[in-house]
Amino acid sequence: MNGKTFGAAVLVLATLLFNPVWAQDVPESDRMSGGGGQTLEDIMARQEKQKADGESRSKETGNPANAAPINEPLGTRGGRSDADVWRGVRYDDIDIETQVRNPAADVLIQDGGVRWYQLREGPVITYGGGAILGFIALLVVFYLVRGRIKIEGGPAGTTIERFKAVERFGHWLLAGSFIALGLTGLITLMGRSFLIPVMGADAFATLAAGSKWIHNNVAWAFMLGLVMTFVMWVAHNIPNKLDWQWLKAGGGIFTKSHPSAKKFNAGQKIIFWTVMVLGVSVSLSGLSLLFPFQMPMFADTFGIMNSVLGTSFPTDLAPHEEMQYANLWHSIVAFVMMLAIIAHIYIGSVGMEGAFDAMGNGQVDVEWARQHHDLWVAEVEAKQGKGGSS
Amino acid sequence: MKVMISAFVAALVIAFAAPLVLDQFGWSSAAQTSSESVRLD
Repeated sequence: MNGKTFGAAVLVLATLLFNPVWAQDVPESDRMSGGGGQTLEDIMARQEKQKADGESRSKETGNPANAAPINEPLGTRGGRSDADVWRGVRYDDIDIETQVRNPAADVLIQDGGVRWYQLREGPVITYGGGAILGFIALLVVFYLVRGRIKIEGGPAGTTIERFKAVERFGHWLLAGSFIALGLTGLITLMGRSFLIPVMGADAFATLAAGSKWIHNNVAWAFMLGLVMTFVMWVAHNIPNKLDWQWLKAGGGIFTKSHPSAKKFNAGQKIIFWTVMVLGVSVSLSGLSLLFPFQMPMFADTFGIMNSVLGTSFPTDLAPHEEMQYANLWHSIVAFVMMLAIIAHIYIGSVGMEGAFDAMGNGQVDVEWARQHHDLWVAEVEAKQGKGGSS
Repeated sequence: MKVMISAFVAALVIAFAAPLVLDQFGWSSAAQTSSESVRLD
């Protein structure tokens, strides 16, 4: 490099360095010069989850006195632009009128919906779906290891009435509606993530609308079945000392023994109370969803929990938050119920020889009944001896 | 099995009847959440 070239380079660099365009400071932001709009600093602050300065424009909600005459453009706006109106909503500084007549009508912005959506699309689907798939896999492994529970010595060939027609009707009303609700619920919950990529949005829209109709309306059959089975079987499902013996023996599932039981053994009682307690809970949260904003129950529930357990759950909930809690709770309870019912379906079908007949035609093999419900068989035979019925 | 099929049919009958009954009682979303002046029915 010769001296002239070096000199020219130094000159260029010095020019750049001292040029006021490069050296000038960033000017102070003047919010109001832009009409009170947000600045780059506000946007950057929000991206870093810092509190943005909104106070300077909180009063910029328009001025009705500046309203243009009705025969001019925007005359009916009353001197407020869209931005003015929404800013007024945000800072609760505007009178809002609406024709909507539900309790949530005065809530226009509720950012808790983002947290609800993230929970619903994230952990609820991941853990709920994972639990179901994992549980089914466990049952498959159990079946391969343990095999089908057979009637020892084979069936006797004679049968005994296990459940009357009305009992089976109540059971199948509950079971059939629960399966329909479970499948349509899963479609509603997971369709966006798993079905739309496969079948497309248009086809899924039809499926989702049908699922919603089934879910909303079959729910009444589920609740009727729940009431029927509770009334018919609650007396047989009161826990007693015998249940502890049955549980200590693991129901004979692992030891291949046959612990004594009456009409319902401890395992069946667990299923019964699980279905009843969670069934009522899922029904209540379902009703809350079925009649939006009409049946809020989480604020009151949280209040009771706080006073009894000393917890600090929020009790001042917006109507939308009530719906969001109801939706999450409905999904979580439904997943737990599905796990219990999958276990019930397994043991009542492929898992145990002769079990399905109890709900199939109501007649079970006497030998099966003696091995699994010996005390109940003795009761029935004693009543028949006296001319009574089961 | 007849009982099982009848229970499933009953569930369907209840499902079809439910919205009609709810409408009769005025429990539709439209009736609950909008004033008469803006209802389209």
